[in-house]
Amino acid sequence: MHGDNCQCSGPKCNSSGENSGQMDRRSFLRKSGLMATGIAAIAASLAPLRELTDMTSVEEFLQKHYQELTPEQMNKALDRITREVERQYSIRPHVRDLKPMDGVEFVYALNLTRCIGCRKCVHACVAENNQSRSPEIQYIRVLKMPNGTFDMEKGDHNYAPESVPEKGFFYMPVQCHQCHNPPCVKVCPVNATWQEKDGITVIDYDWCIGCRHCEAACPYWARRFNFTKPSIPKDQINPDMAYLGNRPRHQGVMEKCHFCIQRTRAGRYPACLEVCPTGARKFGNILDPNSEVSYILKNKRVFVLKEDVGTLPRFFYYFDV
Amino acid sequence: MKLIRDYSVFLYRSGCLAFRGDWRYYLWMGFLSVLCLVGLNAYAKQIVHGLIVTGMSDQVSWGVYIANFTFLVGVAAAAVMLVIPVYIYKNEELHDLVIFGELLAVAAILMCLAFVTVDLGRPDRFWHLIPGIGKFNFPGSMLSWDVIVLNGYLLLNVHICGYLLFCRYRNTKPALWFYIPFVFIGIFWAISIHTVTAFLYVGLGGRPFWNSAIVGPRFIASAFTAGLALIILALQIIRRVTHYRIADKALLTLRGIVQIAMIINVFLLFNEVFKEFYTGNLHVASANYLYFGLHGHHALVPWIWTSIGFNLTAAVLLVLPASKSLRWLDLACVLAIVGIWIEKGMGLVIPGFVPTPLGEIVEYSPSLNETLICLGIWAFGFLCYTIFLRMSVPILQGTLSQAGENAPEPKESSNTLTQPVS
Repeated sequence: MHGDNCQCSGPKCNSSGENSGQMDRRSFLRKSGLMATGIAAIAASLAPLRELTDMTSVEEFLQKHYQELTPEQMNKALDRITREVERQYSIRPHVRDLKPMDGVEFVYALNLTRCIGCRKCVHACVAENNQSRSPEIQYIRVLKMPNGTFDMEKGDHNYAPESVPEKGFFYMPVQCHQCHNPPCVKVCPVNATWQEKDGITVIDYDWCIGCRHCEAACPYWARRFNFTKPSIPKDQINPDMAYLGNRPRHQGVMEKCHFCIQRTRAGRYPACLEVCPTGARKFGNILDPNSEVSYILKNKRVFVLKEDVGTLPRFFYYFDV
Repeated sequence: MKLIRDYSVFLYRSGCLAFRGDWRYYLWMGFLSVLCLVGLNAYAKQIVHGLIVTGMSDQVSWGVYIANFTFLVGVAAAAVMLVIPVYIYKNEELHDLVIFGELLAVAAILMCLAFVTVDLGRPDRFWHLIPGIGKFNFPGSMLSWDVIVLNGYLLLNVHICGYLLFCRYRNTKPALWFYIPFVFIGIFWAISIHTVTAFLYVGLGGRPFWNSAIVGPRFIASAFTAGLALIILALQIIRRVTHYRIADKALLTLRGIVQIAMIINVFLLFNEVFKEFYTGNLHVASANYLYFGLHGHHALVPWIWTSIGFNLTAAVLLVLPASKSLRWLDLACVLAIVGIWIEKGMGLVIPGFVPTPLGEIVEYSPSLNETLICLGIWAFGFLCYTIFLRMSVPILQGTLSQAGENAPEPKESSNTLTQPVS
């Protein structure tokens, strides 16, 4: 910015007094030329946007938060989702907005004595909940732990032996613990995730902004992010869908286990429980004193993971013996 | 009404200046614009394909975007270390330099906002964050606090700078009530932006590496060191490329402040390292990973030791009388900036994710596309700061003023930029 006179054409234009009209035109042309170059450069750098296929519809963009939708607006939203799924996967889904039932609070109990680490639950969950197959998203992570420790750093996440169980190890599946005091809900800046009356922490996939603070906050590593557009083969779509549950997600939003809301709020068991070959998984209403989970919590040696973080999980582990 | 007209003319005229300068200016601005466009191009790709084009994963779900964001919040907050000496201790040398610090804060906040935006999975839903229209989880979520304090700090600084420059332009004395209260609010606000940013991490009970009371104070100490070091370098560049007079004495006053900040920073670092390693419980895993590597994974080890080496060297240089010479002071500043950038970035954000809460170790390194976006945002920040300086220096020197408004064109100012006030 040292002002040597010759560097800038400005003062020269001024000094050539009588020709100023002509000079103005020239500087105008030069300016518009520069501006056109600038706009062209910006347009060129934005060129990748032409590949954008999955544009957000105006309807989706303007849609309100789940808790603020009137029944009519909810019906419109369900219609929109039905249409989108049909267009994308050529299958007509049955999308419902299932509400929590009165007098019900769900609790999960997992028998570590029985779990053999077969990961059938993992894959049943993927199929039930329309998770992305590529990249792979799974809500349940099974750890192979050496007997004698609960230090998870000693756990193996990627075990792949010929057959399970292996001697000297026990297996510990971890999924969303549906905490009573959920850190993920606390940190969300836009209330896109919250705890429902029946104890399930849900996500409004149409409201999440994808900041991933909840993912950092979760002490159980239960949350997953859609780093790209999820892909599911058309013939593997589960058409029985819930708004807060297993409807297909978009790129850039969070998802996680929701105790199979589309099943459990309609009186069925979660998919992971149904598929379990050993009966290690138990699920039910803790408010019902005669339920199986009430019995387990009263009579078995039960513990929760990372009790010290104060999250008060609704997911309990227990031993039989 | 006249005021509004005057203010628009003021903005227009100083805005025009941004497009004028000598060949070096054009070269610099052209270079930055190209980098910005490269970054924009990379971001367009990220919009299309999603954050999968970054090096992040479900295991390490924040990366260099959030790291740079954290560092730059500190740079923005450091401007307050010019404000306090001037407005509380009535320091004379620094008086005219405050505005350069505040303009740097504005540029830094703009970069922060850009870094948070590129980190969002759904930037199209940003309106969900706007209080009133969206659904704002306030006061529960620390991120919602961050949105408020960052934007508030931006507004405060834009107001103070804009008003003082406008007064200088009109050659009137600024009305004290119209900016002094904001200056004092700004002091507390500056501390708050970095404290709240620290709380984003500190509040997470499931991440023992972050869940430590010392993170907040360490943020402030390192921010004041790195931010002020950046201001010291910026002031010398201003002095060199314009004829704006900045006394060596002012720079040495700043050296005194950086000195103290750096010593506190190193002391707090020592405290943290002691607590982690002397206790030696299972929670030391992340620190172990960072400093020594864990189960054969040690991607961050060279980074953190470089950072510690730089920080310690800078601390020693700053304490020694040698740094009273500008050459050594500049070296110390560069070392401090790089050292703290590594420490706040790779050293704080990444190890918090390694190992995961379930004990899995997945390493992270930024992808090319991610790096290009970061470069683009840094170039954007430098571009903004250059423009701010290009606008404000002639006003402060009196070569661009309302009195000269009716002259044929303010073109002469591009030449007389470097000449003394007439």
